[in-house]
Amino acid sequence: MTDQEKILSEVTGSDYKFGFHTDIDTETIPKGLSEKVVRIISAKKEEPEWLTETRLKAFRHWQTMKMPEWAHLRIPEINYQDIIYYAAPKQEAKYESMDEVDPELLDTFNKLGIPLEEQNQLAGVAVDAVMDSVSVKTTFQDTLADKGIIFCSFSEAVKNHPDLVKKYMGSVVPYTDNFFAALNSAVFSDGSFCYIPKGVHCPMELSTYFRINAANTGQFERTLIVAEDDSYVSYLEGCTAPMRDENQLHAAIVEIVAMENAEVKYSTVQNWYPGDKNGKGGIFNFVTKRGICKGDNSKISWTQVETGSAITWKYPSCILRGNNSVGEFYSVAVTNNYQQADTGTKMIHIGKNTRSTIISKGISAGKSENSYRGLVKVLKGAENARNFSQCDSLLLGDKCGAHTFPYLEVDNMSAIVEHEATTSKIGEDQIFYCNQRGIDTENAISLIVNGYAKEVLNKLPMEFAVEAQKLLAITLEGSVG
Amino acid sequence: MLEIKDLKVNIEDKEILKGINLSVKPGEVHAIMGPNGSGKSTLASALAGRDYFDITHGKIIYEGKDLLELSPEDRAREGIFLGFQYPVEIPGVSMVNFLRTAINSMRKYRNQDPLPAGDFLKLMREKKQVVEIDSDLTNRSVNEGFSGGEKKKNEIFQMALLEPKLAILDETDSGLDIDALRIVSNGVNKLRSPENATIIITHYQRLLDYIVPDFVHVLYKGRIVKSGDKSLAKELEEHGYEWIKQEVDAEM
Repeated sequence: MTDQEKILSEVTGSDYKFGFHTDIDTETIPKGLSEKVVRIISAKKEEPEWLTETRLKAFRHWQTMKMPEWAHLRIPEINYQDIIYYAAPKQEAKYESMDEVDPELLDTFNKLGIPLEEQNQLAGVAVDAVMDSVSVKTTFQDTLADKGIIFCSFSEAVKNHPDLVKKYMGSVVPYTDNFFAALNSAVFSDGSFCYIPKGVHCPMELSTYFRINAANTGQFERTLIVAEDDSYVSYLEGCTAPMRDENQLHAAIVEIVAMENAEVKYSTVQNWYPGDKNGKGGIFNFVTKRGICKGDNSKISWTQVETGSAITWKYPSCILRGNNSVGEFYSVAVTNNYQQADTGTKMIHIGKNTRSTIISKGISAGKSENSYRGLVKVLKGAENARNFSQCDSLLLGDKCGAHTFPYLEVDNMSAIVEHEATTSKIGEDQIFYCNQRGIDTENAISLIVNGYAKEVLNKLPMEFAVEAQKLLAITLEGSVG
Repeated sequence: MLEIKDLKVNIEDKEILKGINLSVKPGEVHAIMGPNGSGKSTLASALAGRDYFDITHGKIIYEGKDLLELSPEDRAREGIFLGFQYPVEIPGVSMVNFLRTAINSMRKYRNQDPLPAGDFLKLMREKKQVVEIDSDLTNRSVNEGFSGGEKKKNEIFQMALLEPKLAILDETDSGLDIDALRIVSNGVNKLRSPENATIIITHYQRLLDYIVPDFVHVLYKGRIVKSGDKSLAKELEEHGYEWIKQEVDAEM
């Protein structure tokens, strides 16, 4: 069988296959959010005073804020006092050797296809595995350390590299940025930290795998990536959660800093539990991702494949401050059943000759709502800024919605900004044409949708591209009947 | 191979086919001719399993099986090929990927292992020659940006690759210039064998100069009103459809 065939035959008849729950001793704190809870989290992480203070400032600010309502989403009321803000698999958070890791935990990540034993790993991918509120294991740390690369959990970074964390944390996404960023800044529990020193080309893909396991908890992680002058890193993020009838909240922050001539590629395959066919349960995915091209000739590229979550609210953005810097956003967002997604990007052109590209492919099926929302802003000083945006929507069936909300703010006459948008329906004719060549309808849809999303899927690292194709097929299963 | 018995088809309560009878044996080439709106394409669609109409009466027996019970993909896997009048574009899906998926779906149905990539590419190269197809064409997305002639050549190329038992070519000659017509016809002729059969649906006689049919049927107002050998096509060319129309309308 070809790879493609294998993928397709594997997915036929399967549901959300990461919906299992690991029965493991979990330490949780009581439900609810208060200054006391913020202090407890900070104390559990043995954090320095400045970080506790930052959390408290964020918390106080959050209390003055309201949930944003401008997105094309219907969000049920969220009781923030009904959420557990800290849950950790019991035992030490970090292990000296693999023998110390709870076999249940290892098993969990094995089932997810993320073996934590280095010898079993995909060659060339280092993984930081985060379960609920803590990082379980980071692989290949030693190999990377030889090059001076720091890749560890956020908590470890706070302990071992406090100066770097203090300098960059909140420098791209301040806690005042928005409601969910403030919430995250108050209660974040772990995440990944990555530092690429000057002139280093990171030899392997770095990856964080986020897993929500405990019930009634929220996951609030943050990722911070700093790429010094002339460095390069490709970073992958994956996420899954058990199937539960209750909604669970995930509010993350990702910050990227790219210095002169640095390039950061950030890829996400988001597969949080989307809820059942009737829209019950699923993850609320409210995420703030932003990168700054600080130095000249730097480049930040976001690629995302969004198939999961009941509700997605997410706009990975680039601040193009360095001259000649480049921002890219490639996105495939798929919604089925009652899923809702409002996603897109912001490209802020500040430096001269800055360029940005936006390719967004929305796919809606079932009774879902899928919106692209993007801002291209060209500031006065951004001479010769260029943007190209292409937003395509594909509809499967006639009960779903696709929406495009492009915003343009251009304050420099030399800027060239192009926007193209299309909406199409997957054609009966296309499906029949495939049928007539012996291809059944499920496979035909998979073929057509993957063809439609190809431009974006091609941007993903190899292993992820395969994973993403599978996901597209699973997500759209039963969408044509 | 194929028995169509008193087939009646409605589209939105309007009867389009009013009782078609047709028998096709292995090795035969049948031409179905008729003026526009006579139901030719509906007949092709009914054989392939398109479902925008209702089959109200009749039977289609193919290789001993009740064809109407089979899904479109199973009909294809059983060896029925439809050369489309208007082949659709599928952006982003390469011809190679499309045909490999198709051929392996068919092989799976026959409990055969998938064709190894090397063998598949070799087969493609071989079959491209049948229709003198540009090798660049197969690297492009399915029919995307193809000219009218390229699309039709591409249909015959797929037919060569999938080796059907029964090929139905729906207006394959429409929109072709004389060179493309020659290439397409040569392709079809090369694929003729004592084991397979072809139904050619056409409005014009000119295609039949290149592909010589064993039988010619004239479809008019949803019925086969006249059948004969290849000389019937010649007669039609000389007298036009008016001749048939008058004859039939007089009887009604």
